[in-house]
Amino acid sequence: MLRSILTAIFLFLLWYLMSGIDKTLTLGLGIGSSIFAVWIVRRMENASDFKSLKVQLRPVESLKYCIWILLEILKSNWTITKVILSPNMNIKQNMFKVPFSQKSDLGQTIFANSITLTPGTISVEVEEDHFLVHALVFSPGDHAALAEMNERVSKIEGAVK
Amino acid sequence: MNFLYDITQLIAWALILLGSVMVIIGALGSLRFPDFWSRLHAASVTDSGGVILLLLGMGIHSGFNLITFKLFLIGAFLFITGPTSSHAVANAALVSGAKPSKKNQNEIGDEG
Repeated sequence: MLRSILTAIFLFLLWYLMSGIDKTLTLGLGIGSSIFAVWIVRRMENASDFKSLKVQLRPVESLKYCIWILLEILKSNWTITKVILSPNMNIKQNMFKVPFSQKSDLGQTIFANSITLTPGTISVEVEEDHFLVHALVFSPGDHAALAEMNERVSKIEGAVK
Repeated sequence: MNFLYDITQLIAWALILLGSVMVIIGALGSLRFPDFWSRLHAASVTDSGGVILLLLGMGIHSGFNLITFKLFLIGAFLFITGPTSSHAVANAALVSGAKPSKKNQNEIGDEG
């Protein structure tokens, strides 16, 4: 019950921040629709054997990681920009394996998405204990860089039961 | 006060212009690069660097209000959906047998 109330309040806050209108009628409609949405979700939960999704991430570490990944993205953007604008494009494509150490699906998704988000590398396939990563300008240092990213993602992942 | 406003506007427009340049570079890259795999990388310049700079520029331009929050939400969603769709395209290519040939690519790099 508490979870439903919190969800409704969160939905309403989101709704209010998106609209920014504070007329009584509009606010009333917003409250009504938030409660209605939560009611529908609860009905669906009862109908299926739904297990609640657990997000276990360390908040402070996650924030640090966000800043770090933004800087990484800007850095590798610069690298790829240079490649695109240079008259002889020094492309050295390579497909290689990157091992990951995250336990949860969420952690693995964050790592794979971070790889794809940084220009120059794309995660192509997920295997048992490694990703298949495609790099545009491959250098031997890439392995170390991705291992560092792997460690950082593992750090933000909380204890998984 | 007015001076400070001018400075923030200047920074905002610089960021927006830089972001636009990034988008153009991404488009240029997807035209110049030789094959499917490298073009995929060029597109990711557009939807990471371009998006960050454009949204940051627009956020500074609008000042701190509801619009900033909306821009932040747009950014957050693009950061989740962008890589996911890139990965889907790359994975589909791999599954359908479009393997990048290493030899060929090194030759292109040497030829210039």
